[in-house]
Amino acid sequence: MVAATGRREAGEPWNDPNARPYVELRRVTKKFGDFTAVDDVSLKIYEREIFCLLGASGCGKTTLLRMLGGFETPTEGRILIDGEDVTDVPPYDRPVNMMFQSYALFPHMNVEQNVAFGLKQDRVPKAEIRERVATMLDMVQLGEYAKRKVGQLSGGQRQRVALARALVKRPKLLLLDEPLGALDKKLREHTQFELIGLQDKLGVTFLVVTHDQEEAMTLASRIGVMDRGTIVQAGTPAEIYEFPNSKFVADFIGSVNLFEGRLVEDEPERVRIASAELGGTILVGHGISSAPEATLWAALRPEKIAMSRGAPPQTENVARGIVQDVAYLGDLSIYVVRLPTGKLVRVTRPNTARHAEPVERDSEVYLSWDAASPVVVTR
Amino acid sequence: MDRLRRRLERTRISSRGLVVALPYLWLIAFFVAPFLIVLKISFSHTALAIPPYRPLLVWTSRSVLEIRLDLGNYLAMFSHRLYGDAFLNSLKVAFLSTIFSLAIGYPMAYGIARAGARARNFLLLLVVLPFWTSQLLRIYAWVGLFKANGLINQALLSLGVIHEPLTLLFTPFAMYVGIVYSYLPYVILPLYANLEKLDWQLVEAAQDLGCRPWQAFYKVTLPLSRNGILAASMLVFIPATGEFVIPTLLGGPNALMMGRILWDEFFGNRDWPVASAIAIVMLLVLVPCMMAYLGIQSRESDQ
Repeated sequence: MVAATGRREAGEPWNDPNARPYVELRRVTKKFGDFTAVDDVSLKIYEREIFCLLGASGCGKTTLLRMLGGFETPTEGRILIDGEDVTDVPPYDRPVNMMFQSYALFPHMNVEQNVAFGLKQDRVPKAEIRERVATMLDMVQLGEYAKRKVGQLSGGQRQRVALARALVKRPKLLLLDEPLGALDKKLREHTQFELIGLQDKLGVTFLVVTHDQEEAMTLASRIGVMDRGTIVQAGTPAEIYEFPNSKFVADFIGSVNLFEGRLVEDEPERVRIASAELGGTILVGHGISSAPEATLWAALRPEKIAMSRGAPPQTENVARGIVQDVAYLGDLSIYVVRLPTGKLVRVTRPNTARHAEPVERDSEVYLSWDAASPVVVTR
Repeated sequence: MDRLRRRLERTRISSRGLVVALPYLWLIAFFVAPFLIVLKISFSHTALAIPPYRPLLVWTSRSVLEIRLDLGNYLAMFSHRLYGDAFLNSLKVAFLSTIFSLAIGYPMAYGIARAGARARNFLLLLVVLPFWTSQLLRIYAWVGLFKANGLINQALLSLGVIHEPLTLLFTPFAMYVGIVYSYLPYVILPLYANLEKLDWQLVEAAQDLGCRPWQAFYKVTLPLSRNGILAASMLVFIPATGEFVIPTLLGGPNALMMGRILWDEFFGNRDWPVASAIAIVMLLVLVPCMMAYLGIQSRESDQ
């Protein structure tokens, strides 16, 4: 699920305390009347990153994007781009361009005029405009469509015109609001990789807003998961997926089984959690920092649980249950297993062999997992 | 079964035909027929009779059907300067009224379209509120305001701004105020309908691409509201060309407008043929305007 691409060759500037952030939000808050859309967000984005703000609708991600574009002014806090404070700079003076969710292409202009619009506005010489527009249109494979009216284009073509129009101005930062939201699934997958390729070629920093976790996982160098106006966790797709810092993140990205429990053994290298929901203890192969009596949760991804008919060799991190539901998805199957405690556990298994013996509904199975698999979250 | 179905199909077609025919019948009865009557009268010769014109078709004694077309009614319009002047003046007044109405109505429509949902409904209500009173009464109200001892003069006098009353009534100014005031709702409503549909993200996109707010307005909002502007212009220009009441009541005797000439010819001179000829010529001028407008509109909707 996590795409490994070449764009991370530059290293991980977010782990380097000396790296200079390219875009920086300092304690930014935005209120609309009584409603706080963005609540004290601080964030650093580095050059050539694709940073994805991921969250459900209404979590404040679009407001954050609009503040970077200059369409909203923060109630509090500062916004810096390339070291320059742009908090009060209007959109037309910002070194930033935006690709709108609806694409916002000008219906009274053709493709070429749409792409040239921003350059004309900047009084770029005519010959240069012509050349840059042509190059850009070729890059998004729309060279033949230069004279078409916007209304005559398909959804995917419109998306590429919008992208070309925003990129042709060579912005320092490109803001993309649900860039692939209006495309169908096949085209979306294809376009994701095109977008990464283009970003890599042009070296522009991208800030993407999306509610689609798959899109965020594919595109992002880092993801910021947003909930109710705050960034709950920011990190690489793998970090977010493997080490969620809260129930919310664990549940929002992918699917997860959460076992509520209490700490019964706390050592630097491993902890043991007694979970009434599981009906046993869970051994976790990493230390945590938590108050001894606090309630916490062990988060276990469905694909990290092994399922077998016979009893596994291990004695801990095992549970027995009855298969209650099976969903065959082609590449993998999802099993819902009911434990004696009544807890339902989700397990996925890849369908590697075509004629593998299926696990049927109502059959009794053992679930087991490695001590390295569960992650403990305290909130 | 087959026969039944065929019969049903036949009735369905005829019922659809009926639906289409109704508006046509309406137009024929209340537009085409009166138009033909007016056209006929415009070619007749004036007479002191009831009706005050001679028939076009005359049976002569030798059982020959004679058609007598009197082109003099049309020629009269070219031979007397009065008609030409009135005609040009009508077009001028209509044109300027259109410009003034747009200049005032566009910002109002824009403001309403950008207002919040609740304020918007209230403002629209205010725009149509004057329709609840007869137009004639509202024009008379303006007479009351503009009179030498009217409200405006009294207010200015008591404030000491002026020392003797201004001549406001029976001036071109009063006439334009009256026309613009009367037709403003017809400008605001189509413009509002147009601007309300405008995707404001387009304006944001223009600003994002480097336009200052006024540039974004000029390059995006204005071109995209062209249809609304055209519709609004036609709704003012066409009726204002033939406007009769406002020039008479507010513009005074010097406001030479086609509508007044027509009225005078018809009721004062009882010269129905010339009045009809004037009406036909006005129609000939305004129909191409309408056609051009409809042409632009249908081309837009094709895209």
